[in-house]
Amino acid sequence: MMESEVSVLVGGPAGAGISSAGQVVAQLLGRLGYRVHMYLDYPSRIKGGHNFAVIRGSGGQPGAIREKMDFLLALNQETVGLHRHNLAADGVIVYDAGEVKNTSGIAVAIREILAEEDAPAVMGNSAILGAFARAAGIGWNLFEDVLRLSIPKAVALNLAVARRAYDAAEEHERVPVLDRPVFPVFSGNEAIGIGLIEGELANYFSYPMSPTSNIMHFLAGLQEEAKIRVFQPESEIAVVLMALGCAYSGTRAAVGTSGGGYCLMTEAISLAGVAELPLMIVLGQRTGPSTGLATYTAQGDLYFALNGGHGEFPRLVAAPGDAEEARAWAVAGMDLSWKFQVPAILLADKVVCEGMFSLDPDKILKRRQETPSAESNSPYHRYALTGSGISPLRFPPVKGEVIRVNSHVHDTDGITTEDPELTRAMAEKRWKKERILEGEIEEMDPVNILGARESSTALLCWGSSKWACHEAGEKNGLRVVQPVVLSPFPEKGFARAMDGIDRIITVETNETGQLSRFIREFGYHPDDTILKYDGRPFTVEELDTRVKEAVS
Amino acid sequence: MKGEDLYSHAQVTWCPGCGNFGVRYALREALLELDRDGIPVENVVIVTGIGQHGKMFDFMNINGFYGLHGRTIPIAAGIHIANPDLRVICIAGDGDCYAEGLEHLVFGAKRNLDITVLVHDNRVYGLTTGQYTPTSPFRFRGRSTPDGSREHPFNPLELVLTSGATFIGRGYSRRQEQLKDLIREAVLHRGFSFIDILQICVTYNDMTEYYNSHIYDWDQDDLGDFEAACRKAREWDYDTEAPIGLGLMYRSGKETFEELCPVPEQLKPGERAALVRKIMDERR
Ligand SMILES: Cc1ncc(C[n+]2csc(CCOP(=O)(O)OP(=O)(O)O)c2C)c(N)n1
Ligand SMILES: [Mg+2]
Repeated sequence: MMESEVSVLVGGPAGAGISSAGQVVAQLLGRLGYRVHMYLDYPSRIKGGHNFAVIRGSGGQPGAIREKMDFLLALNQETVGLHRHNLAADGVIVYDAGEVKNTSGIAVAIREILAEEDAPAVMGNSAILGAFARAAGIGWNLFEDVLRLSIPKAVALNLAVARRAYDAAEEHERVPVLDRPVFPVFSGNEAIGIGLIEGELANYFSYPMSPTSNIMHFLAGLQEEAKIRVFQPESEIAVVLMALGCAYSGTRAAVGTSGGGYCLMTEAISLAGVAELPLMIVLGQRTGPSTGLATYTAQGDLYFALNGGHGEFPRLVAAPGDAEEARAWAVAGMDLSWKFQVPAILLADKVVCEGMFSLDPDKILKRRQETPSAESNSPYHRYALTGSGISPLRFPPVKGEVIRVNSHVHDTDGITTEDPELTRAMAEKRWKKERILEGEIEEMDPVNILGARESSTALLCWGSSKWACHEAGEKNGLRVVQPVVLSPFPEKGFARAMDGIDRIITVETNETGQLSRFIREFGYHPDDTILKYDGRPFTVEELDTRVKEAVS
Repeated sequence: MKGEDLYSHAQVTWCPGCGNFGVRYALREALLELDRDGIPVENVVIVTGIGQHGKMFDFMNINGFYGLHGRTIPIAAGIHIANPDLRVICIAGDGDCYAEGLEHLVFGAKRNLDITVLVHDNRVYGLTTGQYTPTSPFRFRGRSTPDGSREHPFNPLELVLTSGATFIGRGYSRRQEQLKDLIREAVLHRGFSFIDILQICVTYNDMTEYYNSHIYDWDQDDLGDFEAACRKAREWDYDTEAPIGLGLMYRSGKETFEELCPVPEQLKPGERAALVRKIMDERR
């Protein structure tokens, strides 16, 4: 095992609970003081097919996985066949003795344990987890505690199964406890859900689509406690329009989708633009075009997020690189979209959405609240031309006032107009808001600087490539620059982050280098691009090799 | 409040003789009566589609959301589930509601959303100058079908009845008194209220004589009888020669969507922070 580093792979057939087993490992490492990242790899099927989760614990913040595993937990032969080469020299395979042949390591007699405990086959993952805990020298009490929290049903039986496997296994190598405060571990989707709640979400609308369905599931489970409602309308068109209806009524809403659903939403995004209605969209990218790889990742929708919707109007686009950032910008997206009455798009991807990350609960941006509505503004003008371009919001019913929002070009009362002067004035009003929004964004640390700050070569990345870049940057002495906000683009913050840079290498998981093209608009000309477009994120080793090739 | 107060100052651009004038008058009168009966006009919101019908937004002086072509119903749903005290009326077109956004009509009825949908069924695309719609008769000669359309119309009343609507009627733009009563009752009804309004389009599809010679008033005895409603709905299929019934066709009581998901009282900031802390602590 490397110092302050541990990697675990758990694999098995779909339906065997690989995702939840991975989450238990992630929570366990988290409790030992590690910062954790989990990557889940699964095909778009419910039963059959190979699933695996890689969990990495580190002394620093890991947001990418490594290729060498200290523990390989195999519930089937395929796991060993596919991942044996990932085993570190001093690593160990913990395997289901009934399923896996011709291997050495720690055998777990899962079939016998389940039979003796009269437990169903799905509890095989508890057995392998028990054996892992023992192999990693994790005390039973801690393990039991984590398992209790993670398993919703039949806790006693799962614990009994796990205990048998725990007792039967032997310690391989103790995973040292790190003397650091324990951070909670969440998926990006959960972190986004938390951020939306903190951003005063009242209604969440979504049509199921990977990788954001779990935001809906997470929020649905919290409806009572959080006093929110979750709706699953007939299509993404209905989803986004219901959210706009809520905005008109003065209630905060958010929606979540992926590329295909975002396609259907674009007409309404444009409506939000002209009608100046707040709208919060979580766009989780997956491999495209079209249905693509439904359960794999890509950063292929940067331009789509920036431009989706006809006509021109300001919008907020923020691309978080991990769960902590996703939570922070979910809150900010809610607040800013309300304050500026613009669509806000949280541009994530499968790695951020479904991956798990340790997060610092106290790391949150300062709230950006809307200015209180001018109750005295009477007669009310929904689109009053103000210095900031922001018109005070009021919501029906207001006695004696008429509140109109309109998809057409409109006058200050919201009545349709074709007048050239008004058309120009309303367009300028919208862009005035963007300038002020950009000013606020500049105050919100919209550009991260990571890696080796003193370097004059920049690895430029966005979204989920953040941490792989950070590690490659540290290792190779390169600065990493990650703009979190892409619209309105924080030109000042970006210029500061790029100060002294004479060479730019962009790193993205797409085919054409979208960020690379995008920053040319602002006068930056990348010298190299490192691209990956096989649906998988960069591993630490892979990016290191690619970076070395690029700089040599 | 006077009727004139409910009209805006915007210049009305419908063709002289357009059936939309009659619908607008009936809507205004219905709103006045509702205002007197305790539904103040500031509690009413109209959501309009895109088409000649949609211009009602500009010509009325009430709260409104001028939306997208075909999409009145999901917008109305969002408005109403956020604030059930509002009474939301969709002003839709036949192209708008039966072609572009048909799915929302079916789902609005399926959920028994507590909103009202008025379809200005002139059986033609008015604003885009005269193409056939889902309720245009077979062989309709429009600008895109000079030799006559190759599709038979569907029957919107039958469709919404089988989809779960709980208040269904048919009005006629030249029968304003009856239409006013229908609209008022539709707004008062708890559940999905749907009125197909046979609306005269003087320019592209003037059916005045045909309607005048075929209409009669439905009896109002067995309004809760689904089978009777089916028979009424099927009497005229929008295609073949038959008497055309007007008035309320069906009314029944059923739990509304909004009753099934009441608006919770929002958390206070402190409570929200405490909840987030709890969620965080459960993970460490
Ligand atoms: C998505 C979209 N497609 C097409 C149009 C163009 N369009 C505007 S109105 C209309 C048809 C209007 O017909 P109908 O809904 O029957 O309304 P009417 O004008 O007859 O009242 C169309 C096709 C549009 N605005 N949006
Ligand atoms: Mg029409």
